[in-house]
Amino acid sequence: MTSPTLELVAYDDAVRRYDPVIGIEVHVELGTKTKMFCAAEVAYGGEPNSQVTPVSLGLPGALPVLNGTAVEHAIKIGLALNCTIAESCRFARKNYFYPDVPKNFQTSQYDEPIAYDGWLDVELEDGTIVRVEIERAHMEEDAGKNTHVGGATGRIHGAEYSLVDYNRAGIPLVEIVTRPITGVGDRAPEVARAYVQTLRDIFRALDVSEARMERGNVRADVNLSLRPSPDSPLGTRTETKNVNSFRSVERAVRFEISRQAGVLDAGQKVIQETRHWHEDTGVTTSGRVKSDAEDYRYFPEPDLVPVAPSREWVEEIRATLPEMPVARRNRLQAEWGYADAEMRDVVNAGALDLIEATVAAGTSAAGARKWWMGELARRAKQDDQTLEDLTVTPAQISALQALVDSGRINDKLARQVLEGVLAGEGDPEDIVVSRGLEVVSDDGPLLAAIDDALAAQPDIAAKVQGGNLGPVGAIIGAVMKATRGQADAGRVRELVLERIGQ
Amino acid sequence: MSTDITRLSAAELAGALARGDVSSTEVTQAHLDRIAAVDGDLNAFLHVSSQDALATAQDVDARRAAGEELHPLAGVPIAVKDVVVTRGMPTTAGSKILEGWIPPYDATLVERLRAARLPILGKTNMDEFAMGSSTEHSAYGNTCNPWDLGRIPGGSGGGSAAAVAAFEAPLAIGTDTGGSIRQPGAVTGTVGVKPTYGGVSRYGLIAMASSLDQAGPVTRTVLDAALLHELIGGHDPRDSTSIPEPLPALVEAARQGATGDLSGVRVGVVTELSGEGYQEGVSARFAESLEVLRGLGAEIVEVSCPSFTYALDAYYLIMPSEASSNLAKFDGMRFGLRVEPTEGPVTAERVMAATRGAGFGDEVKRRIILGTYALSAGYYDAYYGSAQKVRTLIQRDFAAAFEKADVLVSPTAPTTAFRFGEKLDDPLAMYLNDVATIPANLAGVPGMSVPNGLSDDGLPVGFQILAPAKADDRMYRVGAALEAALEKTWGGSLLAQAPELKTTELTR
Repeated sequence: MTSPTLELVAYDDAVRRYDPVIGIEVHVELGTKTKMFCAAEVAYGGEPNSQVTPVSLGLPGALPVLNGTAVEHAIKIGLALNCTIAESCRFARKNYFYPDVPKNFQTSQYDEPIAYDGWLDVELEDGTIVRVEIERAHMEEDAGKNTHVGGATGRIHGAEYSLVDYNRAGIPLVEIVTRPITGVGDRAPEVARAYVQTLRDIFRALDVSEARMERGNVRADVNLSLRPSPDSPLGTRTETKNVNSFRSVERAVRFEISRQAGVLDAGQKVIQETRHWHEDTGVTTSGRVKSDAEDYRYFPEPDLVPVAPSREWVEEIRATLPEMPVARRNRLQAEWGYADAEMRDVVNAGALDLIEATVAAGTSAAGARKWWMGELARRAKQDDQTLEDLTVTPAQISALQALVDSGRINDKLARQVLEGVLAGEGDPEDIVVSRGLEVVSDDGPLLAAIDDALAAQPDIAAKVQGGNLGPVGAIIGAVMKATRGQADAGRVRELVLERIGQ
Repeated sequence: MSTDITRLSAAELAGALARGDVSSTEVTQAHLDRIAAVDGDLNAFLHVSSQDALATAQDVDARRAAGEELHPLAGVPIAVKDVVVTRGMPTTAGSKILEGWIPPYDATLVERLRAARLPILGKTNMDEFAMGSSTEHSAYGNTCNPWDLGRIPGGSGGGSAAAVAAFEAPLAIGTDTGGSIRQPGAVTGTVGVKPTYGGVSRYGLIAMASSLDQAGPVTRTVLDAALLHELIGGHDPRDSTSIPEPLPALVEAARQGATGDLSGVRVGVVTELSGEGYQEGVSARFAESLEVLRGLGAEIVEVSCPSFTYALDAYYLIMPSEASSNLAKFDGMRFGLRVEPTEGPVTAERVMAATRGAGFGDEVKRRIILGTYALSAGYYDAYYGSAQKVRTLIQRDFAAAFEKADVLVSPTAPTTAFRFGEKLDDPLAMYLNDVATIPANLAGVPGMSVPNGLSDDGLPVGFQILAPAKADDRMYRVGAALEAALEKTWGGSLLAQAPELKTTELTR
């Protein structure tokens, strides 16, 4: 069934001649203490098959019991995505044989999702807002994890044997399915990325998941189809599975657009199939062909009773929902008075939370931005770290700026104090004392230093006295050097001019 | 004691134990001896756990000697159907696919038995995965009916019923998906109760059809059934379909019934569960029992439940559908039998296929195929969907009937025990055994079978009593009243009329 390798069409050319339509399914692992249907612990990195019970191993006789916190999390997600929350919904069994599914059926929701008919506004980097319609968000359980041993590729082909770890089996998942996202044209890859990223931010804001992409807490399946024009019916789609980073989401969509354009240009039909994404080479390859023969024989799960969240409970949950990322961003931008470009930079640098905390500690929005987007951003970049990784807290930055504002240190000294903080020498106040970095405000030592400097450069004094103020800087520089930068340059200038008699 | 203690009911044994007339060790040993003597012919047990049972018995005796307060049934031995998982004790569900599997956990009802300190004598034979009405579908050989060793003991719980009828155990646990407690009860002359769905936890029952399965007591008297039902029943948070409210007072209802006064009780005779297809002797005993109930003051009314006509058809779509999914986990990957294909690559899929091909018997395969078909895309609405609608109609029929009657009654099974092999090659004839018992499972209402005499062929007949959901106490009252009145006319229990079994000389 695999088609011969066809030429990829250059992306720009592909999107000029075809209209891409995307659809995204995102699975998020909920950060509950226990699994969806049993008391096995949910934790990352345990010994294989140590976080299991008769239920999550699918032993004969075991029965599922629904995790109430997982339902609450699912409702939170549904509400955050502006969905309707079902008054009653059921679980279903999705029957298929595979060793990582211990019962050989997955307990999922089929025709009765807990949340449906929602939308999410997604902001692109240039500030464009795209509204993504949400078809449904439903609850299900995760599968175990297969490890194929003995082959060259780590894939099942060529492996000598396979190991299964059921620690992940039964971890609660919410799957969020979009309606087809149309009308985004050449920005489809960017929209896909921004959508997944926005969802990730929402999961964190809701505190329903750690939402760590690299651990597979959030996994995206990207559907893509092309059609000749926005008026044409939808084309045949492919589903690229388990795309697990924001960048990969964007790249996978881009690649599929180029690939499918190549197939269509060659006069062939796109095959409806599952495709695998290869992070290293940036291509997708054919997986399973989705045929009509695949029949999951869904039927209502008789071991569970319907889930009927009371309206009071749903409203209680709604009342506790935190502010959503886009709304928060808009509010903070208005409060802080940042320009659009400034705000974008702050968000892209991951400095939003840090600046918010710094401002909350009493620093002006401008002051906070100056530090985090200036000196600290430079330091982070230099050390190949994120701002979060730096060993300085918003409270320390706020204290540092307060020292500057009070005149006890100047900007140059402040950078030295920051050095100290980053080196782990303590809080700014401690470092000012321990390193002796306070601005010299006593005129006595300054006058002595000025006299020394004038004596060392007598021609300058003469020039200045002759009305040429230009060379004053050289004297100020010498005084600053002599006082190791701790003098207030403005005060030094005043004293020099006074001394020379100007 | 001079009397044979294996002949005592559980309630009598409990009294003797409490009085100190006999020790639990003696009682347990007597039953183990009886098993050793007769089970070679009967094959009611798949596993006998002598050591475990005696250890429990000795523990009970020690505690009693120390003056500890014990559960009334503490020290009374019990047999458990092999579909119920027992920690550290083999559990096969009558299938080769689970041969040698030792469960790492106890079913909730087994936990309750152990907590009350009932010595567990062993695991009883059954049709594979509880699929059958004769125990002939066991992968481990037939169980014989103590009334006639050439005949079936009913099924699927033929082992539990035969063990109790043959005095190998005073109490046993059965499970009932379409009649597997009640029909064996009828054909062996024992009492069998299928509680209200959700009344006894299903946690640890190897599921056939999750929406129909129920565990319940298999005993020789109605009072014993009530005692056991109260012990194993009640809410279990590990079973989402378990009823949260406490059980009604069953023992009290049984004691009240035994006084013989049924005045004011309306007994509804279901028109659709009699007549054609029912053996003459079965119908005759049923009619006599109605007269007995009338004599105790009950009012007999006719009720019609027209949808019951479709119950068997609906059942044979819903049950296999659920079973096809429930039995998917038996694949050789994690537990039980594992068979690798003899030729070709050894892939997971091929190991699963080879294991299931070798491990499941024909009846199990038949139902998996039926269920897989019924759930298939394009057929779901016509089969599973329609069957669920019939189920709703049956529930409505019950609701309407219980407006007119407090309990509904019928013969439990259309015939007495048939000979081995008689219906083995005719699945439809076999399925018809459950025609009267299935409606209760589809509606989730409780049902009881009480022995009500012998048919013309000299074999026992059962009388079925059905009550509304969560009103199990009603059938205990009526059942105990009928039992008491009939035993008065017989001059003892029906089982006293059973032929003596040939006993094997003990080598112990």
